[in-house]
Amino acid sequence: MSEMIKVGMADLKLCKAPNAITTLGLGSCVGIAIRDPQTKVGGLAHIMLPDSKSISGNHNTAKFADTGVRELVNLIVKNGGNRTRLESKIAGGAKMFAFSSKSDLMSVGDRNVEAVKKVLAELRIPIRAQDTGDSYGRTVEYYPESGDYIIKSVGKGQKKI
Amino acid sequence: MAKIDLNNLDTMYFDVLREIGNIGAGNATTALAQLLNTKIDMKVPKAELLDFSQVGQAMGGEEQIMAGIYLVVEGDIHGSIMFLLEEKSARTLISMLMGTPDGGTESFTEMEISALKEIGNIITGSYLNSLSMLTNLKIIPSIPDISIDMAGAIMSVPAIEFGELGDKILLIETEFSDDIKLNGYFILVPDLESYDKILTSLGM
Repeated sequence: MSEMIKVGMADLKLCKAPNAITTLGLGSCVGIAIRDPQTKVGGLAHIMLPDSKSISGNHNTAKFADTGVRELVNLIVKNGGNRTRLESKIAGGAKMFAFSSKSDLMSVGDRNVEAVKKVLAELRIPIRAQDTGDSYGRTVEYYPESGDYIIKSVGKGQKKI
Repeated sequence: MAKIDLNNLDTMYFDVLREIGNIGAGNATTALAQLLNTKIDMKVPKAELLDFSQVGQAMGGEEQIMAGIYLVVEGDIHGSIMFLLEEKSARTLISMLMGTPDGGTESFTEMEISALKEIGNIITGSYLNSLSMLTNLKIIPSIPDISIDMAGAIMSVPAIEFGELGDKILLIETEFSDDIKLNGYFILVPDLESYDKILTSLGM
């Protein structure tokens, strides 16, 4: 029997096929799914903020794009993934409200997506597909067996990337 | 040095923040009753300091559809405030305010969204007003914006703001009831400096 592993906000977990992994209600956060397509070892991280270095009290590494993605990669490699074969898919980074309390030029969703792309590029992990931005929440499910990333949104049905 | 550390919140500070929440929610209920011209009872609000992972469950699941009304706060304190209503409660309120039948599962019309924004504006306004009176601080709210989506997605916005301060979020749950039960939640996110100002102004 395969099971569905649940990842919370500011959290990351490992998932080996045939199991699947999910995180519910991504808003401005980003869900990063990574797998080794050969050994089918993968995982999912649900990050909230772009950069651990700009904030004090950053002991939860899963909260940030820079540290969270690296930790997920290390976890996958430690559990049978080959570093050079890893591939990723990303979703989330929405702008839930028209304004934000910070006067930054970019919304935190956009900044999260950008930070995730940057760290994936640094790690040389290709992004196979993405569904990011816009203004709605997303629930995601990732299947390391096939690499399918299912995205469900309110009033928009579901899609596979 | 900031007085407050949300990860290790002093019981006394927590009590103060909860009390602010109680008074704010109480005034918001009065405002809502006046708006709807009806009697509304409110249970004692429940204030909780939650881990991010618990927030979704506290609202009946991350995928529970909610209406979130969000305002930015300026003036002597900086931050934001959000008022969340379960979808069902939002529909009940709209139909009471507009005198129209409950829209069931139809998507909200522009008119209904506008009404909801106004309800949120009044409720958060009276909440902030009581905070302002209590602390003698000037608090200026922005115009409201609304999102109707999954609880997790809406909550990600204040959670991210709290995320810059620590790993917990302060949630005030309010249950209004008249003939019908309404569930609402307040989330006030001042920045660290504003927390200090609030506490200082209260003589802490």
